[in-house]
Amino acid sequence: MKGRLGRYLPLLVIWLPLLINAGHVVGFTAWTTWLSFTPSDLLPEYDWAGIRAYRAVLRSENTEVAYINLLLYGVGFVGLTTLAGFVLAVLIDQRIRAENLLRTIYLYPLAVSFVVTGTVWSWLFNPGQGIQKFVRGLGWADFRFDWIIDRDLALWTIVIAAVWHGAGFAMALFLAGLRSIDPDLHKAAQIDGASPLRYYLRIAAPGVAPIAISVLVILLQYAIKTFDLVRAMTGGGPGIATTLPALVVYDFMFQRAQLGRGSAAAVLLLLSLLLVLLPYYAWAHWRARKERAANG
Amino acid sequence: MDKALRPGRWLLYAVLIGFALFSLLPLVVVVLNSFRTAVEIGRSSVIGWPEGLSWQNFTEAWGGYCIAQRCEGISPYMVNSLKLVVPATILSTALGALAGYSISLWRFPGDTLMFTIVVMGVFLPEQMKLIPWALVLRELGLTNTLSALVLIHTIQGLSFTTLFCRNYYIGIPQDLLKAAKVDGAGYFRTFWRIILPLSPPILIVTVIWQFTGIWNEFLYAVVFTSGQQQPITAALIALSTNGTVVTNYDVMSAAVLIGALPPLLIYLFGGRYFVRGLTQGAIK
Repeated sequence: MKGRLGRYLPLLVIWLPLLINAGHVVGFTAWTTWLSFTPSDLLPEYDWAGIRAYRAVLRSENTEVAYINLLLYGVGFVGLTTLAGFVLAVLIDQRIRAENLLRTIYLYPLAVSFVVTGTVWSWLFNPGQGIQKFVRGLGWADFRFDWIIDRDLALWTIVIAAVWHGAGFAMALFLAGLRSIDPDLHKAAQIDGASPLRYYLRIAAPGVAPIAISVLVILLQYAIKTFDLVRAMTGGGPGIATTLPALVVYDFMFQRAQLGRGSAAAVLLLLSLLLVLLPYYAWAHWRARKERAANG
Repeated sequence: MDKALRPGRWLLYAVLIGFALFSLLPLVVVVLNSFRTAVEIGRSSVIGWPEGLSWQNFTEAWGGYCIAQRCEGISPYMVNSLKLVVPATILSTALGALAGYSISLWRFPGDTLMFTIVVMGVFLPEQMKLIPWALVLRELGLTNTLSALVLIHTIQGLSFTTLFCRNYYIGIPQDLLKAAKVDGAGYFRTFWRIILPLSPPILIVTVIWQFTGIWNEFLYAVVFTSGQQQPITAALIALSTNGTVVTNYDVMSAAVLIGALPPLLIYLFGGRYFVRGLTQGAIK
């Protein structure tokens, strides 16, 4: 009895939680995908309805605005965060004082939830109570900073808050990359009389390029999934000016209780994620193979 | 190189300090406002120095403020978050450690495929799982309970914890295992005697990652719980959109600060591990 239990218990312990996890990843994805092809409304139904739900989702103005916003927000947030992260990492790498203190300060936003991030930044951007009022109080009476209530500019307040949250993360990864470059290369560059700028452009930047790609992919992934931040900051407003695909899914599923359309919107979100992740995996795979070949 | 940069060194520090101020601004604002009164904030702006030092906002936020007709402050929701985060973190970490150990050191049929699917779970958007979870939770009779969130975060968290632990355990030399097998140690004995003593670094990283992630999670919290069952993130949103037009920046600041404190403290005291988890989670 004990022998048999001894043999099967490990298998059970190994398999059961992993099976449940893998089952929920594959099964739930299939379930939601199936629902997206049904006429499900308030309650799930399982009859085939073709791509009706997709048509409805793609025709809705919300979806159009959300994906245009995602494009702008994605480029703005990912670009600025990567740039800020890289510049900060290079500056911190100059044997500066108080490195640990500065790193702690740059990185703490990552421990703060998007809900809190969005709430506090919405106060700061609120023209009636935030930065605008503060600067006016200093005596600059016609100072204006009311992006958050401006349909054309509100999205950029989300970008600023998101950069605030993510820049330290990018900095930490780039710094780890810069420090893993062979120090001899640095010395050699110094002996050759290469300027620091030249060193960072010619040696360091190519050295951290793989990390830069990881950073870009991770941030893009965050951008595509962004939900809490917008919910807490603007709720998607003014109007639908700051809505994003993840908010559209929520809107269809829970505000309008249209499960089929909500599922279709979720599948579209997954597809846009795959658009980023699949090329990344192909690249990572190719690189690993090249490395293996190089190492014989 | 140091010398060459020296003329620009003041610029370097200016940029670093400038960004540090940007980074600190929200924290400073929240801390200062939680000591100011609504009248003070209304007169100037949310950026300003407190006129007195009163803990009134904290006591109000903790135990007196009304959220959805319930005037007990945020303390019940903090307790909810703890009741959710502690078991979910422990369960997902323990199961992930065993799973990572199995996958990396005890090959079994189909393990690579299994691992690939489990890791895919790291990237799968929560939106793809909302309706299935809602239906499953209803079948299980767990609708609007904290147990539902514990279940979800344990199962979903397994993707992260298995990935972390597997990547750590794969670095343990096979010889150690062979020696254990020769001595007649089985699956659990090997884990207990050999693997677990080597595990504290990765377990700390995993626990910090899970605790922070689950504490800060919002979507599942707001979809699957309501009213008195809500964790703190969902309650904070309910608090800030309380139906009233005027936000009570004073009490709200104290509430936000208390709600953000547990992950912040973990970051401050476990920063080294926090960063390690991040780079590991990110680079893989």
